[in-house]
Amino acid sequence: MSVIDTSQPPSQPAKKVAEFSSPLLLGEHSLCPGCGEPVALRLLLEVLQELDIVQRTIGVVGHGCYGSFVRIMDVDVLQCLHGRAPSCATGIKRVRPDRAVFTMQGDGDMVNEGLQEVLHTAARGEKITCVLLNNGVFGDTGGQLTATTVLGQRTKTSLEGRDAEAHGHPIPVADLVAGLPGTAYVARGTVATAGSVAQTKRMLRRAFEAQLSGAGFSLVEILTMCPTGWFVPAPDGPGYLADSMEQAYPLGELTT
Amino acid sequence: MSEQDGGTPRESRGTLVIAGDRCKGCELCVAACPPRVLTMSSDVNEMGYRYPELTSGCTGCTACQMVCPDFVFEVYRFTPAAR
Repeated sequence: MSVIDTSQPPSQPAKKVAEFSSPLLLGEHSLCPGCGEPVALRLLLEVLQELDIVQRTIGVVGHGCYGSFVRIMDVDVLQCLHGRAPSCATGIKRVRPDRAVFTMQGDGDMVNEGLQEVLHTAARGEKITCVLLNNGVFGDTGGQLTATTVLGQRTKTSLEGRDAEAHGHPIPVADLVAGLPGTAYVARGTVATAGSVAQTKRMLRRAFEAQLSGAGFSLVEILTMCPTGWFVPAPDGPGYLADSMEQAYPLGELTT
Repeated sequence: MSEQDGGTPRESRGTLVIAGDRCKGCELCVAACPPRVLTMSSDVNEMGYRYPELTSGCTGCTACQMVCPDFVFEVYRFTPAAR
């Protein structure tokens, strides 16, 4: 079996159809092998570029593994207290309505620590875009159970699997937000397969378009792999996601 | 039938530049590749991870680049006159 030289671009005529990543990423990140968050962040940056709004975008991030991207993203970013990103984004958007404002939060940040912030922001119909990176564990602090951990899922604090009697039921935050009148666009995607990555990028684009047209609040929930927190080998991450989280959180657009 | 299965080598319609030194060896690309032309190396990079290698039959579909969390792939599609 012969291995093709891939150390440099081909010598024969060829068209580059995909870059390594977005030019807005200025360095390397330190997230675990098989993590889904870098892909979701690349899609977000690509959408900002395609809509040509990079220079007037302000990102608001919470606390989580994705915090390591704050240093290497070439976008203006404000880092907030745990769960408070939608409220800070509200302030920024009201003072500077010409800016495109997005929040980037994990499930522990948005659903555990700041559930009321995102619900009130959606109910007020603030013209911002929230991106929820949902992997069902507190990845940054070591893989504890969050409010979105699905029933039966093993985490550091639910080693026998999440039990509804002991830990309660998971909260489908995108479905809650979709039911509020101030909401313009809500969708749920994943980054587990190439097809779903392309679909998720379209969702992010529509969410930003909803904000820019002044339609109202938009939210995209992205299910991401966390093989470290799920106790599975990195190659099994997408399969585990399809079997557990995708069953509890159906993919697709939740608003019409 | 791919080369790995013992078939004849397939013509490549595209190729990759693989930044193996950035790879963390998660193997998501191997599973995502529709023509199954990526294999993991037997060597390891500076960080100690195995990295993907390309065999013939790449279609330039960009699936590996889409799923890669470490941004290891750059994808090229050969222009038809060159084939």
